[in-house]
Amino acid sequence: MKKILIANRGEIACRIVHAAKALGLETVAVYSDADEHARHVSLADSALRIGPSKASESYLVIETMVAAAIASGADAVHPGYGFLAENAGFARRVADAGLIFIGPTPPQIEAMGDKERARRLASAVGLPVVPGSARFAAGELDGLSAAASDIGYPLLVKASAGGGGIGMRLVEEPAQLLKVAEATQTMAARSFGDGTIFLERFVPKARHVEIQIFGFGDGRAVHFFERDCSVQRRFQKVIEESPAPGLPATVRARMAAAAVALARSQQYRGAGTIEFIVDAVSFEFFFLEMNTRIQVEHPVTEAVTGHDLVVLQLRLAAGDSLADITQDVLAARGHAIECRIYAENPAKMFLPSPGKLNTFVMPPPSVHVRIDTGVREGDIITAYYDPLIAKLICWGETRGAALETLDTALAATRIEGIWTNVEFLRRVVTHPAFVAGDVFTGFIEAHKQALIG
Amino acid sequence: MAHEVELQTAGNMWKVMVKTGDRVQAGDTLFIMEVMKMEVPHEAPAAGTVTAVNVHEGDEGLDAGIVAVVIE
Repeated sequence: MKKILIANRGEIACRIVHAAKALGLETVAVYSDADEHARHVSLADSALRIGPSKASESYLVIETMVAAAIASGADAVHPGYGFLAENAGFARRVADAGLIFIGPTPPQIEAMGDKERARRLASAVGLPVVPGSARFAAGELDGLSAAASDIGYPLLVKASAGGGGIGMRLVEEPAQLLKVAEATQTMAARSFGDGTIFLERFVPKARHVEIQIFGFGDGRAVHFFERDCSVQRRFQKVIEESPAPGLPATVRARMAAAAVALARSQQYRGAGTIEFIVDAVSFEFFFLEMNTRIQVEHPVTEAVTGHDLVVLQLRLAAGDSLADITQDVLAARGHAIECRIYAENPAKMFLPSPGKLNTFVMPPPSVHVRIDTGVREGDIITAYYDPLIAKLICWGETRGAALETLDTALAATRIEGIWTNVEFLRRVVTHPAFVAGDVFTGFIEAHKQALIG
Repeated sequence: MAHEVELQTAGNMWKVMVKTGDRVQAGDTLFIMEVMKMEVPHEAPAAGTVTAVNVHEGDEGLDAGIVAVVIE
């Protein structure tokens, strides 16, 4: 493996160029018309145009991407995250073209991409999944209350045919159960043509905690500890940190062991993340899904472990068995927090804000401050792709120290020409509840007044 | 009184729901932009008749502030 094509753009493409250069590998960038002069294009050794600005006509076109890889003389393809990163068809086409796909095998991507199948595979190796009941067809509610007490209250009555919050009702106590179940069946029959329902545990105050794993493709796998990504807006992560504040060591260890068990059972190859929903009060945890790619927030893990995950991806793809990476050599030190700086206006319900970066000044990188970005001052943040301007990652011996560095770095950040969430991020990281580590997925909504108002 | 509905942000036009002559109610969705992988719907500020539609599905690189729809 001597030359890799990076099938992506923006900060992650730049990030992969850096890792490749560290290993002496040549890099090929690809670009759409909107990205002709983008930072990732100038950083790579060479670059190829792959089509018009729309992602559906450029970064998402499998055949064009594979043709570019072949034309460039690359012998491997790194998909980054998003776009084609978790597309098993792409991974298969890359392999069929005789190139190395830097990621898991196509069947592994497929298995985890199917959420129901992933849940079954996880459950089969002992991972807890959100407790749920059998299905109750319309008009058949025998055994309902017994099933409900097995699950525990509060719980959700869900229509089997529903989804995305539709056909879902909360039951706080046993007295309400039958009435709500009947009403949900009637509603489901009318809305979806299928009155089947089931019961599921409801976690009123939930945290999102994930375990970074790395599999070697032969049944060996290690974990790189956890990241807490509870602070989200519109299901999009805003702040990620490691370690997860206030998570008991025993819970952390059990989650990590569960994640490694799943990775081993799949003979998983490469970097992956196993996401859990954690009850913020009882610390019970449940498997949510597995992401078969490098994640946006991977620098948090790199900051506490001192390992470069993209370098490990590249080494594994090149045939290195990574014998030096064993669980006992991995340790987490200090605390790291990442903020995603987005082109958006928090005061207008996070309305996206494309435009020109007339001013783009961030503090200089140091041992405590890392900045991953795909743009420079004067660049245009286009409407075609995601609103990420930069990731700011700060490290400290303690969470308090990391937070202080983060706030100072945000204060020193100057972006003009577009709306950004920089001021909003400062309010989050200095909010007493955040400082106290009281994070949960409803954090932004719960503290809206102080954060946005 | 004429109401001019301007684009709240720069971006691309994903769907246009109205055409000239349509009657709309306040709050009806007139069109949806696609900006940074997000849908940004624009709604009618008042009831009335659509007298102009200056945007088309598939339009790219539209600037914020341009008048997309006029309602009278």
